[in-house]
Amino acid sequence: MLFSSITRKALMALAGLFLVTFLCVHLGINLMLLRDDGGETFTAAASFMGTNPAIRAAEIVLFSGFLVHIFFGLWVSGQNRAARGKSYVVGNRSETSLLSKYMFHTGIIVLIFLVLHFIDFYFIKIGLVAPPPGIETHDFYHRTLVLFSSPVYSAIYIICFIFLGIHLNHAFQSAFQTLGLNHTKYMGAVKFIGSAYSLLMTAGFSLVPIYVYFFK
Amino acid sequence: MNFKLKIWRQKNAKAKGGMVSYDVTGISPDSSFFEMLDTLNQQLIIGGGDPVAFDHDCREGICGTCSLYINGRPHGPVKGVTTCQLHMRSFRDGETIHIEPWRARAFPVIRDLIVDRSAFDRIIQAGGYVSVNSGGVPDANSIPVPKHDSDSSFDAATCIGCGACVASCSNAAAMLFIGAKVSHLALLPQGRVEAAKRVQSMVARMDELGFGSCSNTYACEAECPKSISVINIARMNREFLHAKVFSEKEKIIRESL
Repeated sequence: MLFSSITRKALMALAGLFLVTFLCVHLGINLMLLRDDGGETFTAAASFMGTNPAIRAAEIVLFSGFLVHIFFGLWVSGQNRAARGKSYVVGNRSETSLLSKYMFHTGIIVLIFLVLHFIDFYFIKIGLVAPPPGIETHDFYHRTLVLFSSPVYSAIYIICFIFLGIHLNHAFQSAFQTLGLNHTKYMGAVKFIGSAYSLLMTAGFSLVPIYVYFFK
Repeated sequence: MNFKLKIWRQKNAKAKGGMVSYDVTGISPDSSFFEMLDTLNQQLIIGGGDPVAFDHDCREGICGTCSLYINGRPHGPVKGVTTCQLHMRSFRDGETIHIEPWRARAFPVIRDLIVDRSAFDRIIQAGGYVSVNSGGVPDANSIPVPKHDSDSSFDAATCIGCGACVASCSNAAAMLFIGAKVSHLALLPQGRVEAAKRVQSMVARMDELGFGSCSNTYACEAECPKSISVINIARMNREFLHAKVFSEKEKIIRESL
């Protein structure tokens, strides 16, 4: 076999931890939308991210991170399903780590969100999709305001981030375990940081549509 | 006590199999789960039927022969015990009890509730041993072992290889089993020598046999009759990744002409 089961999981964990850092950067820029300056700060940050050569290079690494995580995620999940063979008549009732059995499902929801997010923003940016009338190709500020003016879109957006939060809550401590970093000294702290981080991400990303809906 | 049993019946490895209902009555709350099944089998034999086949041996929780997936949990509802140490007082009177064999592609059903667990033997054959002659007894103080390491090693060595970890895992992964075996040997100086080679060959064998891989739900730890900790899985991962990254390739010794 090309990669052993543990190697596959370790690569997935490393890619996942890298995506965790990316999410913080993305949230930081999103929160600039909350500044009441007609999107000046946000647009400046977005154009910096869009033009700085170091960031452009990092984007390739980021996309590879996504591809590695998704590819190995689907591969490992497929193998895991096959490993059971015939399923039980009575489903498993063992105590497990909270919602940890649904990593594949929450992952798929996040993947669907990612595709929608690409269609809404990235494809317009790279010129694959024409921007909606009245909005320029690089005007992400007004594009965001238009999208979040729809309560249905905002609700779907927030729900996706709740699922991402559930995914991250298990994923963070799980990555440490997979990489062999489980120690009675710090595992409690890792679990706490993972839960706090996932809560912050869900709350942080949800704040933007809520703010737009109520204050814009 | 009276119970309604729904038991997986399957004539042989190739037959289709299905759940069959039975009623048992007048069971003592102090009888063990197997004594209850013995009662059922006696009834079936007297009635000219085919008794239910299930694995059992020591009936005192130390051999690892017994199995049974009872009401969605390997070894039934009580934590830290094997099926043979489970008693009928742990069930409600009149309860319906579903009894199924372990389900994993690597553990095919042979008959009724018996599965072939020789996949575990093949994993042990891949490296779950120390390949030196033990020789004479060394002086007590000549091989010092830290107390914590010897305790952790003994905790891992309590694994009886029953396969409950695989049965409960949503991915039918054997990583708690291998984690326990790898840990129990790697923590002691005698096993340390071959640790890098051992973990790589055991994991490779596990992959070949079609077990899944761990997604850290920790159902295995919850169901292990010996309560083996998932810390052992982390240790196996650590040993494995360390071996892959740092261990030297074995030198090929060419025979001189």
